[in-house]
Amino acid sequence: MAITAENLHDNVQLDAWLDSRLDKLLPQKLADIESSKTPSMSIIATKGSLDWAYPPFILASTAAALGWDVDMFFTFYGLLLLQRNIGAEVSPLGNPAMPMKMPFGPQWFQDVDWPLPNLLMAGVPGFEKVATGLMKKTFRNKGVASVEELRSLCLEADVNMIACQMTVDVFGFDNSEFIPEVTDFVGATSFLPVARKSDVCLFI
Amino acid sequence: MTNVAEKLDARGMNCPLPILKTRKAINHINSGEILEVTSSDPGSVKDMAAFCEQTGHRLVSSNEAEDSYIFLIEKS
Repeated sequence: MAITAENLHDNVQLDAWLDSRLDKLLPQKLADIESSKTPSMSIIATKGSLDWAYPPFILASTAAALGWDVDMFFTFYGLLLLQRNIGAEVSPLGNPAMPMKMPFGPQWFQDVDWPLPNLLMAGVPGFEKVATGLMKKTFRNKGVASVEELRSLCLEADVNMIACQMTVDVFGFDNSEFIPEVTDFVGATSFLPVARKSDVCLFI
Repeated sequence: MTNVAEKLDARGMNCPLPILKTRKAINHINSGEILEVTSSDPGSVKDMAAFCEQTGHRLVSSNEAEDSYIFLIEKS
């Protein structure tokens, strides 16, 4: 029904007209808004061992390469990933799904998943150093960037790295231990509004 | 024949390095120019398509050669 000056005052008709216009125009409008906005991601990095150091930096650097805005909030052991030298290590002890394979030797030897008893992993001094060395070598052999390299790629791509002030205090870190790019030391209250607005939010 | 403005050899690199290097390389060329990326990571076939879709660059072609994949990307 056509809208004329005479029947515009009729709210029922006006609402129906608005409804039909909105139904027609809104999907396109929403699609336009969606396609014009920059996607964003927030990552909460809470782990400081080597195996847990890769995922947040891989995801953040990739999102940044896609042109997304990325914020990373480092809390608890995740703070270790912000230190100037990342000393992250890994232990297969208490990490039962971790394959223990050798990154050298003939293929049949590399394919062996070594069944290491907990007693050995827990009792042999320097076992973590060995496991860490093996993991770094495996990743290098497979052409994966080091954690430090991934972190610099993130920083180059303007990924915003934020430290949790509370855990900095609790674990007795000094702000000077962290890379200079970290300038925000905040609490959950400051980070949550950032996370709320992001399209993807991950707790790692 | 397409005019390749820059070539990137990402062979031997694994996820996400080929994409990160592609992103960097594409910053060096002008809109409408072509970047050629060679990669050995099988995952890069789908990743490169997703990268182009997200960033608006055009994936002109995606070919498999011996032990490697060759992508031609036109900068938007």
